[in-house]
Amino acid sequence: MKVSIEVNGRPVAGEVPDRTLLVHFLRDTAGLTGTNVGCDTTSCGACTVLLDGESVKSCTVLAAQAAGHAVTTVEGLEGSDGTLHPVQEAFREQHGLQCGFCTPGMIMAAVSLLADNPKPTRDEVRAGLEGNLCRCTGYHNIVSAVIDASGQEVDR
Amino acid sequence: MSIVGTRVVRREDRNLITGGGTYVDDLREEALATAVHAVFVRSPVAHARITGIDVAAAASAPGVVGVFTAADLGLEPHEAGPVREPWLADGIVRYVGEPVALVLTEERYQLADAAELVDVDYDPLDAVASIDAALDGGTLLFPDTGSNIVQVHGMAEFDDTIFDDCEVVVTQTILNPRVAPAPLEVRGAACAWGEDGRLTVWLSTQNAQIARSQLAGSLGVGEETVRVIAPDVGGGFGAKIGADPEATVLGWAAKRTGRAVRWVESRSENLTAMTHGRAQRNTVTLGGKRDGTVLAYRLDVVQDSGAYPRALFLPTLTEMMAVGVYRFPNVQTRSRAVVTNTTPIAAYRGAGRPEATAAVERAMDCFAAEIGMDPAELRRINFIRPEQFPYQTPTGASYDTGEYAAALDKVLDAAGYAELRAEQRRRREAGDPVELGLGIAAYVEITGSDAAGESGRVDVHPDGSVVAWTGSSPHGQGLGTTLAMLLSDALGVPLEKITVRHGDTDEVPKAIGTFGSRSLQMGGSAIRQAADEVIARARELAAELLEAAPDDLELDVERGVWQVRGAPSSTVLGWAQVAEAAGGKLSADVWFGGAKPTFPFGAHLAVVEVDTETGKAELRRIVAVDDAGPIVNPLTFRGQRHGGLAQGVAQALLEVVSYDEDGNPTTATLADYSFVTAAELPDFELVDMATPTDRNLLGVKGIGEAATIGSTPAVHNAVVDALSARGVRHLDMPATPIRVWAALEEAGKGSAR
Repeated sequence: MKVSIEVNGRPVAGEVPDRTLLVHFLRDTAGLTGTNVGCDTTSCGACTVLLDGESVKSCTVLAAQAAGHAVTTVEGLEGSDGTLHPVQEAFREQHGLQCGFCTPGMIMAAVSLLADNPKPTRDEVRAGLEGNLCRCTGYHNIVSAVIDASGQEVDR
Repeated sequence: MSIVGTRVVRREDRNLITGGGTYVDDLREEALATAVHAVFVRSPVAHARITGIDVAAAASAPGVVGVFTAADLGLEPHEAGPVREPWLADGIVRYVGEPVALVLTEERYQLADAAELVDVDYDPLDAVASIDAALDGGTLLFPDTGSNIVQVHGMAEFDDTIFDDCEVVVTQTILNPRVAPAPLEVRGAACAWGEDGRLTVWLSTQNAQIARSQLAGSLGVGEETVRVIAPDVGGGFGAKIGADPEATVLGWAAKRTGRAVRWVESRSENLTAMTHGRAQRNTVTLGGKRDGTVLAYRLDVVQDSGAYPRALFLPTLTEMMAVGVYRFPNVQTRSRAVVTNTTPIAAYRGAGRPEATAAVERAMDCFAAEIGMDPAELRRINFIRPEQFPYQTPTGASYDTGEYAAALDKVLDAAGYAELRAEQRRRREAGDPVELGLGIAAYVEITGSDAAGESGRVDVHPDGSVVAWTGSSPHGQGLGTTLAMLLSDALGVPLEKITVRHGDTDEVPKAIGTFGSRSLQMGGSAIRQAADEVIARARELAAELLEAAPDDLELDVERGVWQVRGAPSSTVLGWAQVAEAAGGKLSADVWFGGAKPTFPFGAHLAVVEVDTETGKAELRRIVAVDDAGPIVNPLTFRGQRHGGLAQGVAQALLEVVSYDEDGNPTTATLADYSFVTAAELPDFELVDMATPTDRNLLGVKGIGEAATIGSTPAVHNAVVDALSARGVRHLDMPATPIRVWAALEEAGKGSAR
């Protein structure tokens, strides 16, 4: 079937099998490999993207379901002048990533979390990111990064 | 001021946070443009005879390029301890997840459909699904060997007289359960044979050069024929050391079909077919006097090696580290490794040392409980003293440096140990159903235990830039930044002019790579050695140019220039000019061979709350000293500790790989495996301490695994401590609500009688 999705502000269209998952549409049709697949049970959150501004796990959305909608991936956060999004900047500054594999999904989940709750507590960040797994950081610095990105002081 | 020791944000991050890095599945190389996709058909049963494989239906399915079984391969099986492991199951399957056939298709989405059509007839055999079943020997995995015990090490028979002078002897069997390394990036590979007759393998690996040697050997070609490239690697934790068997089959299939092949496993495959870690059952016996002096310790290890024993060093390393931080006068160890119809066991963050630490730290707490002494005090009495270093342990380790009591005291001070004990008493007196538990672990571990050395190369170019190649193979540790800091410090060249490369066997032909927390102490020392050679050569060149004696020259690292000592107004030479004088490039290519193991140490205090009505144990605080010597980049040093703490805590409270009695995995997805999340962890409280070693050029020890090793027994001890007033003396990890509840039930029955 033909699917057209607005990805990071530009239309992307492709002829794909009906069962194509949004994550594979993004990776293979749109050529955006930042969004990763880390599991097959919607558990890890590595594939998290924004669908019309809401975070979704793109391994559990059919490309067809996203047709006609707007998707934002990690590649869409950076400004055209190379300015990092505040969440990206905070992940770097706070060492909120190590191997980087969970990072695109984690960053997108954090963007979504801050849209809902602009000044979260550390515990609220932990609860809000429960659906995104990281094996490297122990989450401490991810929490710090989200707090930093929210404009609050990181005190640990 | 030197950049070393300052907080430097990672150079690696920009790509990872903007484009998401380039992992194996992200590769869009020309050589892979027409690659076929691969999936392994895996055994759904733990132990069975294969009576037939019919691939006809699969072979004619849409898009199928090839279906291959053991009969097609013609490759010699590889050694796994004393037995042989086939690349694809040959006649018998020995664990759920064992590869049986390979299916290649044009499109990724055709893989699952075609794989389902491969028809394998299995004639089930009894499964050996536990250590007890293995020891029982009623069913043998490898009948030719006559036993499921594949390795015995240490004392043939224990001598009980070492406990003769003891006033108190405690003994306890302690499970160190099987866990899944579960890097966020699963295993993946892409293979392409070039027109030049060479095979290029992009592999998610910690050791490109080891993988190259393995692949060349298994495919029967020369090492120069194989190029392995580690692109961005999404975590390894020991489970991506070298090349797994799948890579050999893929390389073979690429040759056979004349097509490039790419493969990424599913998470379910990863949880059943990537190696697991730990999986020991340890029996400790510890005896001593009522004043807290320990006189004798015995550790009896049974290692579950899974179906194919790929890492038999694990139980013997556990033996070697048995005594931990204590000066026990009499020590006995033994280990046996058994095979079971489960996923093979190999390295996982700590690999042999967490098991040793968990055993001795539980033993110390059991002894403390028995004699009614505070566990901190018992440890202080028995620590190896600072003046005893270097310390030769009875089990064959040579500890370099340690300040074990200082580490513990720092942690207890930072945590407010006395106040916490008071709070624990208050809750108990008030009859609070939510108990507070305090758990201590003091640990020492060994890093760079292979002592095999590492390569390093440094080139200074005429534009003043520096390019370094390291044999280490970072995959999240931030070593690229760390090594650039070392070079900047040594050469006086700013970070932005330094590039660090790694992971391509054509660029770095000789190397070991990353495991066992070896990278900074070996890879870092190699880079330092190369930098020192560059400096020595530059001194000669600069002396000629400035017409001065080499000894009169100095490198001003603040400015990155060579000058005549004591004549600051004289002519100075930059690195660019020196490189120019060297004929266009100033280069040193070294092997750091003087590598010796080092022994990081530390102490952790865990504070848990256990709801005795629901059985739920929650970690409230963990306070940690992890001393690995001088710190190059505190940012990444702390990051390694954070990650280690999380994995260690997870093993104590949450994570366990389970099988049913028929050997069926019951934790084969991330929906079933209790992978630790942000919501289950507190903020970590890190306390600094840095005791240098004299065993390498940098004075450093490894930090990759240390915090994992201390945190598991700290949390485990805390849970038992929480329940101690209710009669619980031990329960096995992970301390899930059902286990806590069962332990309370059992203790309640005991007190009722």
